[in-house]
Amino acid sequence: MIRFEPRGPAPVFRLILFPVLAAIAALILAAIPMLFAGLSVFEAYGLMVKGAFGSMFAFTEMLTRATPLILTGLAAAVAFRAKLWNIGAEGQLYAGALAAVAIGTGFLSGPSYILIPAVVLAGAVAGGLVMLGPTLLKTKLGVDEVVTTLLLNFVILLFVQMMLEGPMKDPMGMGWPQSEPILDEAALPKLMARMRIHGGLIIALIASLGVYFLLKRTVWGFEIRAVGENASAAKHAGMPVTATFVRVGLLSGALAGLAGVGEVAGLKGYLTADLSPGFGYSGIVVAMLAGLSPIGVVFAALFIASIFVGADSMSRATGVSNYLADLIVALSLLCVLVSGLFLRFKIKFVGVKAAGEAAE
Amino acid sequence: MAPSGSDAPVMLRLDGITKRFGSLTANGDVSLDLRRGEILALLGENGAGKTTLMNILFGHYVADEGKVLVASSSDGLEDLEPGSPHAALEAGIGMVHQHFTLAENLTALDNILLGTEALSTLRSARAPARKKLEDLMDRSGLTVNLDTRASLLSVGEKQRVEILKALYRDARVLVLDEPTAVLTPQESETLFETLNKLANDGLAIIFISHKLAEVVASSHRIAVLRGGRKVADLPTSECDQRQLAELMVGHEVTEIIRDGGTPGEPLFVLNNISTGAGRDALHNVFLELKAGEILGIAGVSGNGQTVLAKVISGLEHPAEGSVTLEGTDLSRADARTMIDAGLARIPEDRHHDGIVGAMSVSENLALESIRGPENQRYGLLRFTDMRERARKAISAYDIRCQSEDSPARLLSGGNIQKIVLARTLETEPHVVLAAQPSRGLDVGATSDVHRRLLDARARGAGVILISEDLDELMRLSDRIAVIHRGHLSSAESTETLDRGTLGLRMAGHSGEDAA
Amino acid sequence: MSDIIEILLSANFWAAALRIATPLIFGVIGALICERAGVLNLGIEGIFTAGAMAGWMAVWLGAGLWGGVMVAAIAGGFFGLIHAILTVPLGLSQHVSGIGVTLFATSLSYFIYRTALPEVSSPPRIEAFQPLDIPGLSDLPFIGPALFQQTPMTFLALFLVVVTAYVLYRTPLGLAIQAVGDNPSAVESQGLSVYGLRIGAIVAGSAAMALGGAFLTMSAFDAFFFGMVNGRGWICIALTVFASWRPGKALIGALLFGAFDAFQVRLQTEVGSFIPGQVFLMMPYLLSIAALIFVARKADYPRALLVPYFRGQR
Repeated sequence: MIRFEPRGPAPVFRLILFPVLAAIAALILAAIPMLFAGLSVFEAYGLMVKGAFGSMFAFTEMLTRATPLILTGLAAAVAFRAKLWNIGAEGQLYAGALAAVAIGTGFLSGPSYILIPAVVLAGAVAGGLVMLGPTLLKTKLGVDEVVTTLLLNFVILLFVQMMLEGPMKDPMGMGWPQSEPILDEAALPKLMARMRIHGGLIIALIASLGVYFLLKRTVWGFEIRAVGENASAAKHAGMPVTATFVRVGLLSGALAGLAGVGEVAGLKGYLTADLSPGFGYSGIVVAMLAGLSPIGVVFAALFIASIFVGADSMSRATGVSNYLADLIVALSLLCVLVSGLFLRFKIKFVGVKAAGEAAE
Repeated sequence: MAPSGSDAPVMLRLDGITKRFGSLTANGDVSLDLRRGEILALLGENGAGKTTLMNILFGHYVADEGKVLVASSSDGLEDLEPGSPHAALEAGIGMVHQHFTLAENLTALDNILLGTEALSTLRSARAPARKKLEDLMDRSGLTVNLDTRASLLSVGEKQRVEILKALYRDARVLVLDEPTAVLTPQESETLFETLNKLANDGLAIIFISHKLAEVVASSHRIAVLRGGRKVADLPTSECDQRQLAELMVGHEVTEIIRDGGTPGEPLFVLNNISTGAGRDALHNVFLELKAGEILGIAGVSGNGQTVLAKVISGLEHPAEGSVTLEGTDLSRADARTMIDAGLARIPEDRHHDGIVGAMSVSENLALESIRGPENQRYGLLRFTDMRERARKAISAYDIRCQSEDSPARLLSGGNIQKIVLARTLETEPHVVLAAQPSRGLDVGATSDVHRRLLDARARGAGVILISEDLDELMRLSDRIAVIHRGHLSSAESTETLDRGTLGLRMAGHSGEDAA
Repeated sequence: MSDIIEILLSANFWAAALRIATPLIFGVIGALICERAGVLNLGIEGIFTAGAMAGWMAVWLGAGLWGGVMVAAIAGGFFGLIHAILTVPLGLSQHVSGIGVTLFATSLSYFIYRTALPEVSSPPRIEAFQPLDIPGLSDLPFIGPALFQQTPMTFLALFLVVVTAYVLYRTPLGLAIQAVGDNPSAVESQGLSVYGLRIGAIVAGSAAMALGGAFLTMSAFDAFFFGMVNGRGWICIALTVFASWRPGKALIGALLFGAFDAFQVRLQTEVGSFIPGQVFLMMPYLLSIAALIFVARKADYPRALLVPYFRGQR
């Protein structure tokens, strides 16, 4: 039988070590299905590392893939800090992307220093507004936000499809359901010549520092942490609990919306209904791997991005399905969840069944 | 009065039980015998290790050393498998926990049946069970409506269901943890009559208590625990209350005596307050608190104290009536407004409402005033100042913690209460609401709490003290009002009241009946 | 208007409603069993996918249709067990664990499918369950075609509702499950195992969920597609709240939902030229959200839902 004994605050090295161990555990577990698929595990992982880090192109591709993951990871991290279970980053990402193309394909015209902020702002606002609904339903009516945000993902994706087949369809798109291209003035700048890496990464890194500062240094951040850890005590202490949830919801949705902006205005240049291969859901994994730390999110996103990019490359070389990447990501989430237990408790295995922390 | 001589067979033996939680020794080498037909009182203050001992007996915990022996069918004693409530039940031990263990969504009957039938049984045999229970109720006088959902039962009825659970399983040993904590004095008397009857029929009974009077009145033998060790084991006939009190506390008991005090002008008034429906709702509550007095609110738990505290804390708005503080209307005020108006609130459940466990001691001390200019500027936190003030509060209130940066969840209950006291009283509030402020605290922490409340009173603040502990109320309060089913009696001077009168009022008898 | 009445009066419509409701019945019953025991199982979406894939693949490999049903249930139970171990003895976040199980079950199913069938252009098909012909009943006018020309899995779903209701309300096991979702210490102090009951309920509930997935590949269609579950699991979680955690109401809720969906599909053929198809496709999700809002105020959640239990901490 197992006994849990609570630990004091974990030192920083342990906060970093345990997620790393969890990621390694996930990679080891993923070897099992790889063996069944007839892969040589070391060769496959070698190919993945090469695919993510083997050349400047591979490395920038990895960073490009990490960009939306940092933002959806932040969206999940900030919401989960307040125990607001926003599982709707996928939908909010699409809402942000939709707003970006609505503004950036000709609705406004002008120089870059006006259009780029306008597009970024529109995406953030759209993402935030999408999350506002579930947040208000939770705070005003007590409707569980997990289910509403999950369901809204489907609604928004269908709405995007409807717009792309209807009013926002590109007349020059040869019948494909895609939006008109973003104006050059509204597009985020490329960071390197001949590479796809774009200004969205800068936005993501600034967002990560901003969220860190907000949570650590500001009154709003203090209230977010207090509400998340013990909403009842926060309310008793006179904190604006509902307003805090609304703030968190808007911020979380806005961050996910920014991920959508980056993908259309920085990478693709136009919107299609297959813009995101589940960045919203992977963002949850990123946030959990990061221990909900805004700075940690950057590193977790780099790890998840290298899995995706590496697996794509490995898949092209070996013909093995790149769903392997999703599998590793899912296993990482389960492993990091368990590793959190070791952070919070000393786990003791004792001879007879015994448990209990408190005396009388 | 004791029907059990030393000749009655031993039903249960605890042999050298030791249990440690980290560095704390909850039980140290405790041995105890219980004989057939005997009522044993296990006396000790909070934290003395009574509940831990009984949880070991019932298999919720496993002892680090020592063992539990129970009477076997063949007249001897045999080892009880440790750590298994199932084994304890099989051996004929029944336990009535202080916090009832009922599934509120099931009927009384189903709660009693729970776990008595094999899970593979294809149909619950309710009819024969009902028959057996009706017999049991007839014999013991423990009547409840078996078809009522547990959520609809009164506290007394729930306790009866808990005892019936044990009797239905043919328990030979019955353990009751603080059985009178939630009962009126009159209900307690009925309970002890029932227990006596059951003991006469051969049941062996242990009840846990920290109340001297009932222990002396209702047991055959008394075992006293102090700091986890057994310090006395005597026939009740050889004990008196003062001697027991000293055994329990370990030194001469010093009672806090409040000085005369000079109540001032009315400060805080609840006028004709009613809240919505529900068992806990308030009905036309009137309360007038004067400056420089402590007003006690007595009552059995679940009679509206929680709602009353919520209204005063600004967490629930009254449907009717008004709340005024020094002439300012606060009927629709939220928690923030109440704090700003000078109202300090010590919550009933300090872990749940008083602190944010994952945040540091210093952050918890700033919890109510985080938007105040001393804690932030332009929305940015002033960490250095916060920690500076925290260090002062830690020494002024003797909060035992590693540093102001330790998470509050690592602190003991008494030190958590000190955080709450430091945070709320430091602002020199006009009114203090203290809801069950010493519940679960040891003697030292309790007297600290009492001293702080008396200090506030001396400074001219009005204090509302909601408590279930009559001794605490009578020691501290200038006046006491009684709450019963959401009705609050008018407050009367403590000098004119005695425990009997209060007890009757707590049970719902009006003043005239009591006289 | 007359079109609408015509739709409601066609036996065909009610048959479709029952068909659409079938996977939801499995899912809601499964979610209900888990939640009655006090554990939210957001693994449901992935368990649907795993059931759909595993059942289909077993049949494709020659296990026979009922063999496929068994395999699907075992696959569901396996993923349920993972969720159970993480949330019950380890007491980890039920939300995060559930999402993790969904991601894991989905990606593993896709990976296995892709590995077994690399780059097939059109998904291979199996010989799926056919509607049963029940002599006498199936030939009744209106009622026959409406209710009694369904595949065996629909009848299995209805049977599961009856069995679940009976077990929950009439047997000692059901009482214990209800109690453990309300107050685990009531269960422990009566000598029963909180962990055992909860783990068992999650595994059983997850097996039921997987049958909902299996219905999709073995009754509704005859092949496996990526993304075919399409949020049905999440809809079941919403319907469980709507059904107040009662098997009978769960059946009614799923049927209402199926009827609405069948109705809008038929309405679409009438007015589809004016309204984009996506509007109709959104309906199930919006309807689920509406159902949640409708019951939000009075929803009587099992008291111990989401609360982990550690022995000796009462």
